[in-house]
Amino acid sequence: MTDATFNPETLKRNPTSPRTLFSLFMSGVAGLFMTMAIIPLFIILFYLLYKGISALNFQVLVQLPPPPMVEGGGFGNAILGTVIMVAIGTLISLPVGVMAAIYLSEFSRGQLASWTRFATNVLSGVPSIIVGVFAYGVLVLTFKTYSAWAGGFALAILMLPTIVRTTDEALQLVPQDVRQASTGLGANDYQTVLQIVLPAAIPAIITGVTLALARAAGETAPLIFTALFTQFWPNWDKLLAEPTASLAVLVYNFAIVPFKNQQELAWAASFILVLLVLLTSIISRLATSTRKY
Amino acid sequence: MINHQSAKQTEAVIKTENVNVYYGNFLAVAGIYLDIAKNQVTAFIGPSGCGKSTLLRCYNRLNDLIPSFKLQGAITYHNQNLYAPEIDPVQVRRRIGMVFQRPNPFPKSIYENIAFGARINGYQGDMDELVEKSLRQAALWDEVKDKLRQSGLALSGGQQQRLCIARTVAIQPDVVLMDEPCSALDPISTLKVEELIHQLKENYTIIIVTHNMQQASRVADYTAFFNVRTTEKGDRQGYLVEYDRTEKIFQNPKEEATQQYVSGRFG
Repeated sequence: MTDATFNPETLKRNPTSPRTLFSLFMSGVAGLFMTMAIIPLFIILFYLLYKGISALNFQVLVQLPPPPMVEGGGFGNAILGTVIMVAIGTLISLPVGVMAAIYLSEFSRGQLASWTRFATNVLSGVPSIIVGVFAYGVLVLTFKTYSAWAGGFALAILMLPTIVRTTDEALQLVPQDVRQASTGLGANDYQTVLQIVLPAAIPAIITGVTLALARAAGETAPLIFTALFTQFWPNWDKLLAEPTASLAVLVYNFAIVPFKNQQELAWAASFILVLLVLLTSIISRLATSTRKY
Repeated sequence: MINHQSAKQTEAVIKTENVNVYYGNFLAVAGIYLDIAKNQVTAFIGPSGCGKSTLLRCYNRLNDLIPSFKLQGAITYHNQNLYAPEIDPVQVRRRIGMVFQRPNPFPKSIYENIAFGARINGYQGDMDELVEKSLRQAALWDEVKDKLRQSGLALSGGQQQRLCIARTVAIQPDVVLMDEPCSALDPISTLKVEELIHQLKENYTIIIVTHNMQQASRVADYTAFFNVRTTEKGDRQGYLVEYDRTEKIFQNPKEEATQQYVSGRFG
């Protein structure tokens, strides 16, 4: 049975119809804004490479920062300081954050959970300089010294909300079916969470931790109040309870002085900082390449 | 309308006595009396929302995961009330295993999928042997014996479901609950699972929920027909209409509603 009034011509594409033109125009607009969104990233990377590469050589990675008017030198202590403080921050925030997220996602219900999630979001909105002042009040004033510990503590607080939120979301992505299957086999809550749910969420958790870590590595404000800066290597004999150098604070200090050598070191340090964060992201991606759900 | 028909001739493993299931104040399943016969297959059939899956999940206390769930009446397993306060639901689930509607293997290797349940249940014997035995019981061994280290999620839907059955029999339960185990499978996989159910009957008591009446008539020794009614308040409530030997339910049911449902003129 055919429809006598149907005209097959109407199925053909009409390149000049308002609908087609509007669709093309909107696709173009979306593409334009997408380009605008990623252009800053490439400009920054290119500019850092361009400015930093001239000052970059092996000695800047292993030498100490030079006094004003002196040529050469490097920022080996700042690289080490950043690695130490980010490590301390991760060691504190990772267990606390993951456990908190497990509680939120697996065991809490209703009001308590929603208030905790809200509080976590508020914490992630607290300006980093306030976190620095807080860590200053808690650790620096108490122990009467700037230290890598105070710096790591401040970074831990900055990392915490990101880790809690991404872990919480990752755990909720694990299908309810799988939890029921585990429960149905006679697993208790602890066995289900630790052996089934958490392993399934690990790739997404690692991604979240990397994000938090990258943000922490670049933070300057909280470190100014807690770790300060030093021209010297981190002091293991005093258990790191001394002012500690970091890449971010070094860039901040050296970028505003009128000495050319220092300014070039600041560029090189910026480049190294970005490179370290990039490297961490890539390694963690490779280590956990497969998402399970 | 109360039905109290016990499984005659064979020993009853599970007894359901005047069970009411509530979600909050809402009575979802009302007044169930039903005995499950040992080493037999019992099918639950009925339209959607009639409470057959809800009742099934009462038998291994899986509904405990739902916060508003409440059960009145008694479910006894070897004469022990499963809802008595001193009962540990974890121990119940070790005796009464479950296969779910959608295949849900763990995101682990095929081997680990089976070893997990055995390990948490304190299995001390040879794990390789148990894995092989369980996979053989689930008629999956020949298909996966060379790729035990691969992820269980890489298998086809039908293979995944048989893996889930292998995982359940590996903890050596007494009763296996199956919640529409074939609804996500193609006809060939369905046939394999049905053959499997026939074999498992030797060692296990099986309760299977199904929407497929041909399946119920093929695999089940006993069939329970559930239906749903609307109360004066407008709530939909599940209840048991008729429970008898499968031939009886399909060929000569007592109730008009059963006759209409099994002949496809209803629901």
